[in-house]
Amino acid sequence: MNPVTRKSTRHVNQNEGLIFEKSSPGKAAWRLPQSDVPEVDAGKLLGSAERKTLGSMPEVSEIEIIRHFTRLSTWNYAIDLGMYPLGSCTMKYNPRVNEVVARLEGLANGHPYLPESIAQGALRIMKSLSDCLIEITGMDAITLQPAAGAHGELTGLLMVRAFHESKGSPRKKILIPDSAHGTNPATAATAGYAVENLKSNTAGMVDVAALTSQMNEDVAALMLTNPNTLGVFEQDIHKIADLMHAKGGLLYMDGANMNALVGKVRPGDFGVDVMHLNLHKTFSTPHGGGGPGSGPVAVKRTLEPYLPTPVLKENPDSTLAFDYDRPQSVGRVRAFYGNFGMFVRALAYIMANGPDGLRQTTEDAVLNANYIRKGLDGTYDLPYKTPTMHEVVFSDKLQAKKGVRTMDIAKRLIDYGFHPYTTAFPLIVPGALMIEPTESESIEELDLFVEAMRSIAREVDEDPQTVLQAPHTTRVSRLDETAAARKPNLRWKPAAS
Amino acid sequence: MRYLPKSPADRQSMLKAIGVQSIDDLFSPIPAEYRLKRDLKVPRQMAESEILDWFRERSRENGEGYATFLGAGAYSHYRPVIIDSLISRGEFLTAYTPYQAEISQGTLQSIFEFQSMICELTGMEVANASMYDGSTAAAEAVMMAVRLTGRRSVVAARTVHPEYREVLATYAFHQGMPLSEARFTGNGRVDLEALERSLTPDTACVLIQSPNFFGTIEDVNAVAELAHKHGALLVVAVAEALSLGIVVPPSQADVIAMEAQSFGVPLGFGGPYCGVIATREQYVRQMPGRLVGQNTDKTGKRGFVLNLATPEQHVRREKATSNICTNQALIALIVNIFMTIYGKTGLMELAKLNLAKADYGVRELGKLGKVLFSGAPRFNEFVIETEEDPATINTRLLEQKIVGGLPLRKFYPELGNAALWCCTETTSRKAIDSAASAIKQHGRREEVRDMEKVAL
Repeated sequence: MNPVTRKSTRHVNQNEGLIFEKSSPGKAAWRLPQSDVPEVDAGKLLGSAERKTLGSMPEVSEIEIIRHFTRLSTWNYAIDLGMYPLGSCTMKYNPRVNEVVARLEGLANGHPYLPESIAQGALRIMKSLSDCLIEITGMDAITLQPAAGAHGELTGLLMVRAFHESKGSPRKKILIPDSAHGTNPATAATAGYAVENLKSNTAGMVDVAALTSQMNEDVAALMLTNPNTLGVFEQDIHKIADLMHAKGGLLYMDGANMNALVGKVRPGDFGVDVMHLNLHKTFSTPHGGGGPGSGPVAVKRTLEPYLPTPVLKENPDSTLAFDYDRPQSVGRVRAFYGNFGMFVRALAYIMANGPDGLRQTTEDAVLNANYIRKGLDGTYDLPYKTPTMHEVVFSDKLQAKKGVRTMDIAKRLIDYGFHPYTTAFPLIVPGALMIEPTESESIEELDLFVEAMRSIAREVDEDPQTVLQAPHTTRVSRLDETAAARKPNLRWKPAAS
Repeated sequence: MRYLPKSPADRQSMLKAIGVQSIDDLFSPIPAEYRLKRDLKVPRQMAESEILDWFRERSRENGEGYATFLGAGAYSHYRPVIIDSLISRGEFLTAYTPYQAEISQGTLQSIFEFQSMICELTGMEVANASMYDGSTAAAEAVMMAVRLTGRRSVVAARTVHPEYREVLATYAFHQGMPLSEARFTGNGRVDLEALERSLTPDTACVLIQSPNFFGTIEDVNAVAELAHKHGALLVVAVAEALSLGIVVPPSQADVIAMEAQSFGVPLGFGGPYCGVIATREQYVRQMPGRLVGQNTDKTGKRGFVLNLATPEQHVRREKATSNICTNQALIALIVNIFMTIYGKTGLMELAKLNLAKADYGVRELGKLGKVLFSGAPRFNEFVIETEEDPATINTRLLEQKIVGGLPLRKFYPELGNAALWCCTETTSRKAIDSAASAIKQHGRREEVRDMEKVAL
């Protein structure tokens, strides 16, 4: 086994059981304030609806809770610890001022049904963010309501559907390139559409000839990620848009990879009709171990009538209000107005950057990805030689000869102090290593990553078992996911007494 | 730009290493005619202090310092301070979805504990790792019932949160699922006879909420019997999670769709919140969203891992059970910490205190108007019908920095001058008394006017 390189070293991390295992009757981490109203008899008020016990809910003290969750936290990898090269996930730095402003009293404690006269602060934040996102995307109107990217996709497709219905028929199919993220086909199905696969050409881009033959009056829209999941900008984007529009179809853009474009090019300018953004990717809101996200959907003027209700409007006196009178709207996709706390953070990020910072961010993201590409080309197989933007996709073709697959390399990367890259897609690259460094990495961190990847490639040649058995330095080794799926244990239960 | 860890010299040396002249070369794949040749029209780059100032100003314009009687699916509860200390740890805040189990055990174990406590509180056998919010959880639970029964239509009680019903209508309409509504009776509960009439052999499920939008606890037993008699499933939405501390959980339900915002999640003008779906073990494979399971590694050590990952979209694509990908992990962590803090005895005592506050509120405010739906038990919300338009009462209350109950006319025109009031442990007796005297002022003004008439 090679000595692991400069970045990582072992350290003690402490064992910690389940919180239930620390519980014993009479311990408590709470105290209620003295009541200023008369006590009540719950049995009298609730009758048979009164609950008598909360079963085996835990009873622990405050210090135990602090230690419990602090110990658990040390078992996680996080951006704050190092690079997260997950392709198409845009794991960038989460600025701390965002967290501070989101916790300001009026913003954190504002009830969603506050009268609009005393909710102007929240409405102004939503309006300012909307204006910024419309400008960044080059679109005409926006909804902030969807709670995440996939929810935004659904909202966008419902609007596509409503648009076509207004012309007489919702149409039947959505075209999706074979390089797309899996949520695209899942969303199309949820919106009631059949999915038709669109093959990529040898450069990893949409095959315009295939699109020409597959595009007809049954196709409602093409769902395109641009740059696509190979990191390749669809150079024929104008032809693609024209082909769609000529047959009455719409061009949907999945904005997952918007971090390659902000300040450099606007989807609205290259023919996109509707697109979603991921505030938890491009706009730096924290991923939080899997959410909350936020997935605003921006549209061209033609789709504006179909935006979910309510829509923000400006009163003649320049105060802001919600407009609920939207007869052509697709309806509501979520209660209230969306993940407002994420709007606050995203707007703070845009303000911290300004136009120059946003452009520099995009440039650095593309610079970083190309630096890695250059550093690893040859060590790993690069199936598509087409120039790439903010991410790069290698394959495990060279390492597979030794029986080592992308997931093994990814797991070995953990021992070098990095989070793995994306392995699950794009499906058009068997054994994909999909790497997106984002702009948040310094040249030193990038060099460490390249060095780690090259070292692993050497290990594959000299000592493949080390890679196949990885990781070696974590609390737990690989867990058997298939056994877990066969006989799932999804909750703690008290031992039978 | 202060978030970017590069010097100009770094950038130059990287360009050189890549073998290009300038950064523009890396953007050459973008056709020149589309490249933006100007600055984006967004606010100029600001210092941290300027950003803070701007948002402080917005915060002041947003109900700062107001006491509120608003509930209706978003509840004001005290948030113990250790919640924010713990969730601010970068290892939780800035971690990705725990697909790589070996370096995500913190998030995974925490979700496992969350699932376990949700099961304990709801009386269900399995719970998922969270959904976007209560409204989307309810819609997803209904779609789950459609998949489970192979039937297409849905009956929703009119006492379900109106915005939850709107979300369901959006999903149902585009899926071509017939959706009907069952009215309520004078006790504020769903009308069982009307409900039975709307059940057909095609009804996949009945959706109710308990406590419902009026704060009234539904007769879940009776509704469950009806639904099951007709081969339909029962989906129960719980919007006020704290009610589970003192109200028997709706465990006769087949699926529970919950909003856990009450458990330590800031009101935050409506989000992010934390939806959850809980159900019976036999239905787990049709449950959307992520699930964490306990397992062992090759040395026999306990570990946790994302389970039943096959429904997820990157594997199943268009055949996935749902398109949900990102959920609300950090908010689920808040909920988990809150449930741990209050635990077995605290949640019950806290719920009891809510019951007491609402009881005081309904007595005091009830003297000045008509308490609707008093024939059934309630948790911490109640409906008061006044002679005067509640919007006018609220305008008077705003002068005292109090936000009164939610006027119901917008959602329930049939209820006229009724408003939905909520009292939690954060509602002071003083605020309740002030609200009562504001309602009373109407009467006094009338008296004054009458006396003026006499004097003339």
